Amino acid sequence: MGQTVSQKIIARAGGREEVVPDEVLWVDVDLAMIHDSGGPRRIWPMLTELGVGVFAPDRLVLVADHYVPAQNVGAAQILETTRAFAVEFGIERFHEAQGIAHTLMVEKAYLRPGMLYVGGDSHTCTGGVLGCLALGMGSTDLFGVVATGRTWLRVPHTIRVEIDGEVPAGVTAKDLILTIIGDRGMAGGLYRVLEFGGSAIAAMSVEERSVLTNMCVEIGAKTGIVPSDAVTVAYLEERGVEAEIGPASDADCDYLATWRYDASELEPVVARPHRHDDVVPAGEVDARVTRAYIGACTGAKYTDLAMAAEVLRGRSVAPGVLLQVAPASRAALAEALADGTVATLVEAGAHILSTGCGACPGIGSGVLGPGEVCISTTSRNARGRMGSLDSEVYLASAYSVAAAAITGKITDPRELIGVTA
Amino acid sequence: MTPIEGRVWKFGDDIDTDAIVPGKYLIYEASEIAGHIMEGIRPEFAGLVEPGDIIVGGENFGTGSSRDPAVKALQAAGIQAIVAKSFARIFFRNCINAGLAPIECAEAGKIEEGQQVRVDLAGGEVTVIDTGAVLEAVPLPDEIAGILEAGGLVEYLGREQR
Ligand code: SF4
Repeated sequence: MGQTVSQKIIARAGGREEVVPDEVLWVDVDLAMIHDSGGPRRIWPMLTELGVGVFAPDRLVLVADHYVPAQNVGAAQILETTRAFAVEFGIERFHEAQGIAHTLMVEKAYLRPGMLYVGGDSHTCTGGVLGCLALGMGSTDLFGVVATGRTWLRVPHTIRVEIDGEVPAGVTAKDLILTIIGDRGMAGGLYRVLEFGGSAIAAMSVEERSVLTNMCVEIGAKTGIVPSDAVTVAYLEERGVEAEIGPASDADCDYLATWRYDASELEPVVARPHRHDDVVPAGEVDARVTRAYIGACTGAKYTDLAMAAEVLRGRSVAPGVLLQVAPASRAALAEALADGTVATLVEAGAHILSTGCGACPGIGSGVLGPGEVCISTTSRNARGRMGSLDSEVYLASAYSVAAAAITGKITDPRELIGVTA
Repeated sequence: MTPIEGRVWKFGDDIDTDAIVPGKYLIYEASEIAGHIMEGIRPEFAGLVEPGDIIVGGENFGTGSSRDPAVKALQAAGIQAIVAKSFARIFFRNCINAGLAPIECAEAGKIEEGQQVRVDLAGGEVTVIDTGAVLEAVPLPDEIAGILEAGGLVEYLGREQR
């Protein structure tokens, strides 16, 4: 029996010829990421308790993104601890306020095809976009990895997600993954790896693909992976990294299931409050919004900012709506500044926030008050996620968020960019 | 492992870690968060829970954010085991690593709030003491049971080191 790409990566990291689904084994971790929220402040005391340091500082990336900029003294202390950790243990790849970790790991080409990568955050799965096995974990798990370079894994079953056909104009990867989550439910991929392929994926940019892998945790999956291809290699090479196509699944591997979608049938959708699997076409929702938020690792890359600008160009944000944009990285902001995207957003009335997690986890700038209704490019809308327990969040693409900012209500964005539905 | 006995608090499907510990409390330590546990879904819970109690959930318990404090604050509030039809995988790992027993039991729906249950991890069984019903649970693989038995990952690695 052939092996899936995920089995191959785990087998290699476990020093084995092959592995079978459901077995538990210890593996060597190639690269780990921790951030300010779940990282040093929680891991350092455990290292001290055990009397050990960082096993391999050159295999660790440290990012301060959740608490930047500090909103209060407690947050400032968390950031100080994060900096001190980088100095104490000689972590060279430490990035404060440069972007959201998952965006940086891809953008800086730290991840490579075939790697076994773990991160102290549930959206670590984003990294699977570069053909590595990217596994999200909690702080104590990451403490184990930081201390020993190893962790235990249960070998997952793989579901192949085959997307063919052409994605229509005005429709995005966000609409695709929300559609899949709506169909399968938020536990529809529990413990599985979702492996993406098909002609629509082959034609998709790394940025768009990364929205698919990003939201695999929202379907319960262990992770998502796009086995590396020419697009992956070109993306890495543009960033000065010598790359080649990495492992792929064998033709005779054993997928647990195959989910097929025809991309040409997709339309803009939103997930309604308070469940990200309550997904309906944007055009069918009748709801006013008070807030439009473009942010997070899910939806504030340069490509998302450009989509928003396409809708906002020459228009103004509706009265009673606050449009806020928190770019996912400094590079995304720089690119959007260079080509006038930011000017378009600002002219339309957008409030540009700091680069970082911001309001997405209800921690940083722009959190929601009671009674607010927000449409957001983020990935989660559980009650209270972005602030008050009495606020509501709709999840959507940057096109749809910008469209709602203009009309003041949830809107099919195709109406505003000259595309007929 | 010695069986665990306690009173049941029952929750539904897809209980999110944002509901267990809202993001605004993440700035604090687990012991301080304990007083706000489950605020996003059952605000009165933190005032009612007592040491030794057991949570029973539905499918996909602990979905969402990877936040460790969701487990550690439940522990700090006195919860000694969580029985659920299924767990979100990161939450499951966080439980093991914190030394809080997570028990996968497809028949967890048969347990009612307020009942006393006995959880036998090694035997893979949950007994409802009130009715005598015995429900099948998924036994933990040895590799993982060892971490739980040690009391969590810090303790486990500490033991290995000696
Ligand atoms: S932006 Fe939101 S989803 Fe992404 S890492 Fe930050 S808190 Fe998590």
